[in-house]
Amino acid sequence: MKRRFFLKKAGYSSLASIAGMHIVFASNIPEGYELLALQDPDPFKLFKLDSSMVVLNSKPYNIEAQAHILDDEITPNSRMFIRNNGLIPEAVNEKDWTLTIDGESVNKEKSYSLAELKANFKSYTYQLTLECGGNGRSEFDPPAKGNQWTIGAVHCANWTGVRLKDILKDTGIKDDAVYIGYHATDIHLSRDASKEPISRGVPIDKANQDETLIAYLMNGEPIPLVHGFPLRMIAGGYPASASGKWINRISVRNKEHDGPKMKGMSYRVPAYPVAPGQKVPEEDMKIIESMPVKSLITYPKSGAILKKSKTLEVRGHAWAGESEVVTMEYSIDFGSTWQPCQLKSPVNKFAWQHFSATITFPESGYYEVWAKATDSNGQQQPMLVPGWNPKGYLNNACHRIAIKIDET
Amino acid sequence: MKEKEPTYQKKKLWRYVIVSLLIVLFLWLFYKTYGTKKFVREADKPIETAAITTDIVNGIHVRTGLKEGEGLMTVIGHCTACHSAQLIIQNRMNKEQWNATIRWMQETQNLWDLGDNQEVIVNYLVNNYPVVDKGRRENLKNIEWYILSD
Repeated sequence: MKRRFFLKKAGYSSLASIAGMHIVFASNIPEGYELLALQDPDPFKLFKLDSSMVVLNSKPYNIEAQAHILDDEITPNSRMFIRNNGLIPEAVNEKDWTLTIDGESVNKEKSYSLAELKANFKSYTYQLTLECGGNGRSEFDPPAKGNQWTIGAVHCANWTGVRLKDILKDTGIKDDAVYIGYHATDIHLSRDASKEPISRGVPIDKANQDETLIAYLMNGEPIPLVHGFPLRMIAGGYPASASGKWINRISVRNKEHDGPKMKGMSYRVPAYPVAPGQKVPEEDMKIIESMPVKSLITYPKSGAILKKSKTLEVRGHAWAGESEVVTMEYSIDFGSTWQPCQLKSPVNKFAWQHFSATITFPESGYYEVWAKATDSNGQQQPMLVPGWNPKGYLNNACHRIAIKIDET
Repeated sequence: MKEKEPTYQKKKLWRYVIVSLLIVLFLWLFYKTYGTKKFVREADKPIETAAITTDIVNGIHVRTGLKEGEGLMTVIGHCTACHSAQLIIQNRMNKEQWNATIRWMQETQNLWDLGDNQEVIVNYLVNNYPVVDKGRRENLKNIEWYILSD
């Protein structure tokens, strides 16, 4: 069995490293890989995480950031949230890796090696915001099942790769194509090799956007294993689950893709407004496409006490799924009045935008700074948790931080 | 003629050979003990009770972080073969929702038939991890106050 064989090697290589020896085949394994075979490895070492990252679940690995560590304009690798539905692949062979384009709506199935993808297609680099559909789930009442993300399941990194549309054009697709679905090499939690943990996708129009990439670099380096090495599909503005990791196949479908986590309640919200806790039949759930308008105050960290001044610089990021943020405001009186922030245009489509403001507080006391973004469709962030839905998706409620002015 | 003392070089070689042999022996024993089979647990059946450590400190099971309570070992055995206990601890559901979650895991995640254990597990979950009302928006909590100087 291939897996066993590989694990055996991994076992030897970790033992070898304990003894300070070097084994040739160990160099072919992505760094940190062999640790995956051990029980209870330290995710902070394994994934080179910032010490302020928060591990929600260690099997499968689900790890989020906190607002104040997302202050960089481009999120560094160490502060990018990690979302897994299954287990990280145990064997990745870069040399033999291929991406196959198949499905009902291709003229003829075609495969590309990594070298062919890089050589035959022009590469592009974009800053793309990826947010987990369940970011903010922890605030829903009654609670929704799943990882209880707070606010840190979002990042905006630099992704480099080839356009999916260029590959689809080269393969040749039929007019009846409506959807694409990715397939990958991650492992089902039950270790049942016949099951895929997740196989989602996007409508064909989204697949054909300029910014939809088959990426091989993240922040200028080969994508780290946990983020999808060697290939990740990137569909900015959509729930991050549409951006499949470790992909080796894309199926061009003549119907909505029906892989695991496309059907049922997964990544879907009710087609009509429902009361908190209401039962919604599966057939009334619709697929989430664009993520909603949202923002995050990344400086200062919540809990700042100002002793010498009543003036505070705040800053952060705002994004709006497939749309663009046009107005950014803050309030220090729980929404009674709103003041404008300075807001930058996105570097490219689907990149988060940066805002800043200088706030002068009227007197000493306890304050909260609330931030509110408005997108080009006139949609604003709600101050309350938005419409309840069974799986707790799309919570784009205003972010707020606590501030004390204590001039003595 | 007096026989020559072994040179320093030769002594060093011997030492190297002995140390290498010891390392190989150590690796072999280590590998025998913690070989491939133990690195990855098969996830197609519950963990055997004998394999679960029972240390409990301040009402918390050390290995998993789960609360001490009736049914704890059954929960660990059946529920942590495929995923970590953290996934359980994060969630708050009533009986009906936990039963629906179990059904979903049986349909899509290869969870086995739990038999009489299902009631034990669901009772443990609702008793130890009850639903708390949060309303439409909670107060900010666990604020870590610090003096901002700049």
